[in-house]
Amino acid sequence: MTADSAIHACFHLDWPGFTLDVDLSLPGRGVTALFGHSGSGKTTLLRCLAGLERQGSGSLRFKGDVWQDSACGIFRPTHQRPLGYVFQEASLFAHLSVKKNLDYGRKRVNGGHKVSLDHAVELLGIGHLLDRMPDRLSGGERQRVAIARALATSPELLLMDEPLAALDLKRKNEILPYLERLRDELEIPVFYVSHSPDEVARLADHIVLLSEGRVVAAGGLRETLARLDLPTAFTEDAGVVIEAVVTSHDDAYHLTRLDFPGGNVVVARRPEAINRRLRFRVHARDVSLTLTRAEGTSISNLLPASVTEIAAADTPAHVLVRLDAHGTPLIARITRRSLDHLNIIPGKCLWAQIKAVALLA
Amino acid sequence: MLSAVDLAAIWLTFKLASLTTATLMVVGTPIAWWLARTRSRIKALVGAVVALPLVLPPTVLGFYLLITLGPHGPVGHLTQSLGLGVLPFTFAGLVVASVFYSLPFVVQPLQQAFEAIGPRPLEVAATLRASPWDSFFTVIVPLAKPGFITAAILGFAHTVGEFGVVLMIGGNIPEKTRVVSVQIYDHVEAMEYAEAHVLAGGMLLFSFLVLLTLYSRKGTSVWK
Repeated sequence: MTADSAIHACFHLDWPGFTLDVDLSLPGRGVTALFGHSGSGKTTLLRCLAGLERQGSGSLRFKGDVWQDSACGIFRPTHQRPLGYVFQEASLFAHLSVKKNLDYGRKRVNGGHKVSLDHAVELLGIGHLLDRMPDRLSGGERQRVAIARALATSPELLLMDEPLAALDLKRKNEILPYLERLRDELEIPVFYVSHSPDEVARLADHIVLLSEGRVVAAGGLRETLARLDLPTAFTEDAGVVIEAVVTSHDDAYHLTRLDFPGGNVVVARRPEAINRRLRFRVHARDVSLTLTRAEGTSISNLLPASVTEIAAADTPAHVLVRLDAHGTPLIARITRRSLDHLNIIPGKCLWAQIKAVALLA
Repeated sequence: MLSAVDLAAIWLTFKLASLTTATLMVVGTPIAWWLARTRSRIKALVGAVVALPLVLPPTVLGFYLLITLGPHGPVGHLTQSLGLGVLPFTFAGLVVASVFYSLPFVVQPLQQAFEAIGPRPLEVAATLRASPWDSFFTVIVPLAKPGFITAAILGFAHTVGEFGVVLMIGGNIPEKTRVVSVQIYDHVEAMEYAEAHVLAGGMLLFSFLVLLTLYSRKGTSVWK
């Protein structure tokens, strides 16, 4: 990644009871999740990127363009920044039909349309809704139109503020595949605010962990989630995300094999075709350790791994053990007693038994 | 049934109310917008000044306008130096006075409409490349349309119903400042009750129909 393709953001904002203080270099492509508890400043950071928060000081350089620099008195107002923004709640213009909502931003953009209207409509599957008024749409449909409306302006940066938060599980699952398509088909950076670990694990390539207005960690999703030194965010839910490829189906036993660098796992039969990419999470609580390859166990997912790091867990009875399974990081949550009994120390080679994986699709 | 004098008064009233309403839409919209959006400490002060005509006796308002616009008042000096003469006892003066008198009836429904819309649609419009002016006319005005209609109706009807201010600043000059309410007063003074009935009944019917229209419009909260 060259300096020119990156996004450099530095914001300082003082509000009564809340301070945002971030200095970040973010990748100029892929999905970056802004993750943290409510009140951590994720939405405020997103609004700063969009130019919707004028107070406070800071600078923002987008792929070499200066969008904001309070030291030089530069501030490009929101409508002059080539971005798309999807708000948390439905934000369609109530007085315009779906078609006119889509046209609103689109006809105000000069120059090339990298994303055609037809493509945006097709990508979000809203072709049959064009003549409807927003109040005749379901929550999920509204959000899909809002996403298509943002895309139709051919943004160079897409900002999404918990676009699924206001929706129930069914609607979420209805939209997530569309978001995955966006990630895979569009070559623009997407910043995605979320407090749902599953959404982040499923969609993000990079992650910025925020807490009380500060950046706790930032980096690639896999490496960052596998770090043991990060407080709060994932502890009760510690685990790693692994990206794998579907390699075979076993129709007799209704199983599917997923391969990834460092091994494979077998899971219940998946609908995906061979060679499709899939992400899954392995929770630390679902990983146990044995010194030798266990025989006579019902657990079929065994991976050889070496211990890289040991850290305290959320209770004094447990520890988190970080493992390297030939390039794929894993975290196991075991008792302190087992740690001592098995004499687990960094560098030791052993076997990780994976009791369960959570597939993210 | 209606004499030429009565018809002239009706026409003058219509002209006055139309001009006043048009002026108020132009003047009142930015005031209402500012009141709906500002976090300034003088918001309460401005809001109170705008609302004054609601509680002041029209004669008080008319009295101060007479002084201010008159030959020795500050505005009077200005209009004279511009070669416009003085405003009191002219139709133009009546329009100016009516704008002040009906200001809250236009500003308050607009302010409420703008407040109900909130800041979000403007932010959305900005992320869709619309400049502030652009988004005001393409998003705020359509969304606030019921508020604009209410404001216009109330501003018009309230101007038609003014009496005290007209008497103070306009006097009773046929075809210039003698509006319907003053004409009714004249008829009663002259014991012409039959003529007074026609005009008074007409006003009653007009006001009732205006309010009926306003209150029966679906889905709009009517400012009271």
